[in-house]
Amino acid sequence: MMRSVLPVLTVVAVILAAWYVACVPMNARWAQDQAARAGVELSLPELVADTLSQQRPRLPAPHQVLEEFWNSTWVEETQGRRGIVNTGTLSNRSLVFHGWVTLSATLLGFAMGTGLGLLLAIGIVHNRAMDRSVMPWAIASQTIPIIALAPMIIVVLNAVGVSGLIPKALIAAYLSFFPVVVGMVKGFRAPDAMQLDLLRTYNASGAETFFKLRLPASMPYLFASLKIGVAAALVGIIVAELPTGAVAGLGARLLAGSYFGQTLQIWSALVAAAILAAMLVGIVGLAQRLTLRRMGMAA
Amino acid sequence: MSAEATPVIEARGLNLVFDTADGQVQALKDVDLTIRKGDFVSFIGPSGCGKTTFLRVVADLEQPTGGTVTVNGMTPEAARKARAYGYVFQAAGLYPWRTIAGNVRLPLEIMGYSRAEQAERVARVLELVELTGFEKKYPWQLSGGMQQRASIARALAFDADILLMDEPFGALDEIVRDRLNEELLRLWRRTGKTIGFVTHSIPEAVYLSTRIVVMSPRPGRITDVIESPLPVERPLDIRDTPEFIAVAHRVREGLREGHSYDE
Repeated sequence: MMRSVLPVLTVVAVILAAWYVACVPMNARWAQDQAARAGVELSLPELVADTLSQQRPRLPAPHQVLEEFWNSTWVEETQGRRGIVNTGTLSNRSLVFHGWVTLSATLLGFAMGTGLGLLLAIGIVHNRAMDRSVMPWAIASQTIPIIALAPMIIVVLNAVGVSGLIPKALIAAYLSFFPVVVGMVKGFRAPDAMQLDLLRTYNASGAETFFKLRLPASMPYLFASLKIGVAAALVGIIVAELPTGAVAGLGARLLAGSYFGQTLQIWSALVAAAILAAMLVGIVGLAQRLTLRRMGMAA
Repeated sequence: MSAEATPVIEARGLNLVFDTADGQVQALKDVDLTIRKGDFVSFIGPSGCGKTTFLRVVADLEQPTGGTVTVNGMTPEAARKARAYGYVFQAAGLYPWRTIAGNVRLPLEIMGYSRAEQAERVARVLELVELTGFEKKYPWQLSGGMQQRASIARALAFDADILLMDEPFGALDEIVRDRLNEELLRLWRRTGKTIGFVTHSIPEAVYLSTRIVVMSPRPGRITDVIESPLPVERPLDIRDTPEFIAVAHRVREGLREGHSYDE
């Protein structure tokens, strides 16, 4: 345990140290301008102290980000006027609320993308025409920057009366189906010729071959794909939240933060997004371990 | 074994030409062969002599380009659909996500046996290959020889009369191979199955077979068919008897003949 924790902590410590060091030059200009306006000279310790405690720093220090994150989650919900303790509903100023908005859309989009990816992969593996025709289009679809496509999808769907969760989920699905298709085509084709011949000698049907051989053989590929897919879905949702008029979701928080120069808000939303991503990937990893252990393929 | 026994596999003028990037390869040329009920027939020859291809044609895994072959009086396709044979491949090819019992059960699930019968048959064939007690182990927990025995059990599970074995012990060391050869002979005597057995090893072929088919490559063809004079009961040290050595010598001669124009 200690042996695996120590290297991780070392890396974290190095990153934090570099972050603190970077804060000084990044925020020094503002500190000195303020000091010059007030007609005072800043000593080095004073300068450093100021760069790490500004209201709207160019680069906020880690402890500022954590403080803001804490304030906009726990403190906001427990003590805030609109928090869950006072009103019974999540505050629209808290990252818990925005994180949930993003998470629910991510899960829906991820489920849609995974389903689509699996269906396409099954089609590609079993149908020659699909094998030749689908993959180029799937690859082409991923060459279009999602940031350009997302607003169009939102606008077009809005025009036909679809709004809310679905357009965002579609964008997430658009990003997350791809790794699933690529991974699962490889996974379904993982059985070698000998294993397929064996089932042929049993006169097994296509469905039996799929469920008894191709599907179980593809499990390691499935989870690798799902990890990439779930992270891609989260990115898709955050991107989709940027042009929606930005009322709710971590993407909206990022956008609002950048409108008003609230760097602390931006960074704490980023932290929330990172925590969300780590949780999602962690859950997929856990599902992978449990599944493979049950299948006797100790991972 | 006896001359009046019914033919199980009959090939007449069998030809198979593969189209490859380097042109056509004649894998089988004018192969005539009859395998009778209860025969243990070994196919021996260098790589590319068509011994595996012949087995695969019988199993309907390859299509001949000329001639005919019947299995139990049917086409290979009909025989395959009637589940007339069990096939053992070079590698054990057990599913890593299934236990040994689960692997042996695989053909039974596909062929629609009842759960009770599946359990009964799995227990019986695992006992036959001496793997009782390993039902719940996963393949990676077993040695290579044990894995190959499990794959033989899998081929035996649905009681096909014919067992086709494509170099099943090729990847095993000689000590394990000797033991499995002994076990295979015992199993053959107990079950009375007809066995087609592809091998690279002269001692293995001579030790196991009632008949030895010697083949040579380019084009793949039969150069000799040897009826073994050895008795049915064969302890391992039969390999030191003059009869055994004589048969092995004839096999070696046949192989050399087929090889004379290259190398």
